[in-house]
Amino acid sequence: MAKYESPDFFNLDELLSEDDRNVRDTVRDFVDDNVMPIIEDCYEKGEFPKAIIPKLGELGVLGANLPEEFGCAGMNNVAYGLINQELERGDSGVRSFASVQSALVMYPIYAYGSDDQKKKWLPELAAARIIGCFGLTEPDFGSNPSGMITRAKKDGKEWVLNGAKMWITNGNLSDIGVVWAKTGDSDDPKSIRGFVVEKGMPGYDVREQKKKLSLRASNTSELFFTDVRVPEENMLPKAEGLKGPLGCLTQARFGIAWGALGAAMACYDTAKNYAAERIVFGKPLSAHQTTQHKLQKMLTEITKGQLMAWRLAKLKDEGKMTHFQVSMSKMNNVGIALEIARVAREMLGANGIMLEYHVARHMANLESVKTYEGTNDVHSLAIGQYITGHSAFA
Amino acid sequence: MEIVVCIRRAPTTDARIKPAADGKNYEPAGINYDISEYDKFAIEAAIQLKEKHTGKVTVLCMGSKEATKEVRTAIAMGCDAAELLVDEAFRDSWATASALAARLKSLPHDIVLFGWNSVDNQSASTGQMVAELLGLPSVSVAVSMEVADGAAQIERLAAGGKREKYYIKLPAVVTCQKGLNKYRSPNMKGIMAAKKTVVAETPANAPADGVAVLRLQPPPPRADGKIVGKGADAVNELVRLLREEAKVI
Ligand SMILES: Cc1cc2nc3c(=O)[nH]c(=O)nc-3n(C[C@H](O)[C@H](O)[C@H](O)COP(=O)(O)OP(=O)(O)OC[C@H]3O[C@@H](n4cnc5c(N)ncnc54)[C@H](O)[C@@H]3O)c2cc1C
Ligand SMILES: Cc1cc2nc3c(=O)[nH]c(=O)nc-3n(C[C@H](O)[C@H](O)[C@H](O)COP(=O)(O)OP(=O)(O)OC[C@H]3O[C@@H](n4cnc5c(N)ncnc54)[C@H](O)[C@@H]3O)c2cc1C
Repeated sequence: MAKYESPDFFNLDELLSEDDRNVRDTVRDFVDDNVMPIIEDCYEKGEFPKAIIPKLGELGVLGANLPEEFGCAGMNNVAYGLINQELERGDSGVRSFASVQSALVMYPIYAYGSDDQKKKWLPELAAARIIGCFGLTEPDFGSNPSGMITRAKKDGKEWVLNGAKMWITNGNLSDIGVVWAKTGDSDDPKSIRGFVVEKGMPGYDVREQKKKLSLRASNTSELFFTDVRVPEENMLPKAEGLKGPLGCLTQARFGIAWGALGAAMACYDTAKNYAAERIVFGKPLSAHQTTQHKLQKMLTEITKGQLMAWRLAKLKDEGKMTHFQVSMSKMNNVGIALEIARVAREMLGANGIMLEYHVARHMANLESVKTYEGTNDVHSLAIGQYITGHSAFA
Repeated sequence: MEIVVCIRRAPTTDARIKPAADGKNYEPAGINYDISEYDKFAIEAAIQLKEKHTGKVTVLCMGSKEATKEVRTAIAMGCDAAELLVDEAFRDSWATASALAARLKSLPHDIVLFGWNSVDNQSASTGQMVAELLGLPSVSVAVSMEVADGAAQIERLAAGGKREKYYIKLPAVVTCQKGLNKYRSPNMKGIMAAKKTVVAETPANAPADGVAVLRLQPPPPRADGKIVGKGADAVNELVRLLREEAKVI
């Protein structure tokens, strides 16, 4: 297949610094060398490509926008966004791995952790010497995490955790988990606190969720807590209530808004090249009117998404980004990516269903990406509330 | 150890080179540049030497100010300091070697590493010229290198795929070939370090070119292939033509 080329219809490269472009090209080469050759196989087997974990650490993409004093690269958010874009061009599962580690494990430790916690965990996580997961969702509470059942009760200098989490990315690969639990009554979401639970703590069990049809090259697990005794120093001191986990989700959704564009661009590139070569009814597929309509729609949506992501990153760098803007960007960019993947799949005819052409893999992956980190319904309700002042969640 | 690595900014190997309107240079529009491929093996060798023996790697590049990008990439890969000898023209090996040698006279060096050949100019001579100008021993086309006790043991690729082994005293010049190592990519911390590194710029002290380009022209287009027939019937004719006309069997 032709070498991947990302579209840049609005000369967005001119908005990127030389370093940003350098970061993007470096991660793109990394994906070409380390992800593309193995991803079909991993996807078919339903395995995360574990071999790339230390390489991601070496590359320095984990928590790349966190400060250097914790072993991170201290990058701006455009560069961080581009990292996500390039990883997801490879596979949403690879980007998910990095997102969870960066935004859902490193970020909460950085933002809500004590100095000791930061020093202990962040450099190890940045180097991928330890892997983390993020446990918020439960079997009965996904879109509405405030209903969570998992509880933590203080007993001397320890917290005793009971409950279960489900759909947890990296669960089975993880050395630590940032787990959210109520410390007060079951109807008191203000009592939600974050705990760093370590693999091997008695009563902590993890079971991989198999037979997925989406994000097959990502590890998804259930976490079980039966009287798990977590030392006091493993509680994140600066997160109280749902604001804690939601603050992490804002970080992760930012990365997804960029990441989804990578998947969209991969599908567009494949469809464009395929249509140029495939002859139907005596001429290239790309010379047919309906095909051109499909391709222009893809390019238009990608271009809009790129502009949105770029502006979002600039606002984030300036400390002005709102979670509503993140909601809109995540919702829009995942939505268009999924639609582009579906149309690309269609344009490739029967070949479109083969792993070899990647588009069906992206398409199936994006169904998960649309659901996790706030479904489109949830984001549209958030933006609806912003516009009207009425909460229509419940 | 003081290690110097000389790198060139060159079109990427997939660039489509077209002669410019003056018929002497190539058309720069639409061309992407990178560190000339073999220079990356030299950079990797330099970084490995530093990692093993401690010391400092200085990148030296003669080129236009735009070459700052390639110099920074070398820093991002792990080099420590960088100098750009600014010269905006496309210079020949002699001018380049002279400018590099002039600078190296006052730049400490235990070993000076080059790519064995540039991917654009392809004269495969700059490294050796620098060695001669500085009066240093040199080995070209190195595919393995061990440095210890002020000397280097180097294997080079010779004609016919043979390998020759040399022992040379440092300081020396070595030009590097694919196979010497597998070069690393820059990582995120490297890119951030490169951003902060000041690239020293001085005008290149280069003499006039020794080579004059009279005309640059693309090779003639390849003639169309010939279809000699279809199926098994065509085999005899194909064999006859390969033997009598093409004379390859
Ligand atoms: C592959 C994968 C990986 C994941 N990784 C993680 C992880 O690492 N950590 C983690 O904590 N979670 C993770 N999740 C869980 C994910 O965040 C949840 O699945 C998601 O929040 C949706 O929750 P749910 O599945 O319970 O769906 P529900 O909340 O039950 O929603 C079902 C449907 O109802 C809609 N809906 C919900 N509320 C409303 C409303 N008010 N009005 C109208 N419609 C509504 C939703 O949009 C959806 O279409 C992952 C999920 C997947 C699929
Ligand atoms: C699971 C599966 C099972 C199948 N089983 C069978 C089977 O049992 N027997 C069998 O014979 N075939 C079978 N097929 C093949 C199927 O019928 C073809 O995939 C289908 O006809 C499309 O042809 P194609 O794949 O060659 O796509 P192409 O001809 O390459 O077309 C690719 C895209 O171009 C569009 N397109 C085509 N022509 C034009 C045009 N003029 N203008 C605009 N767009 C155009 C198509 O709709 C498609 O979106 C199967 C396919 C699948 C996926």
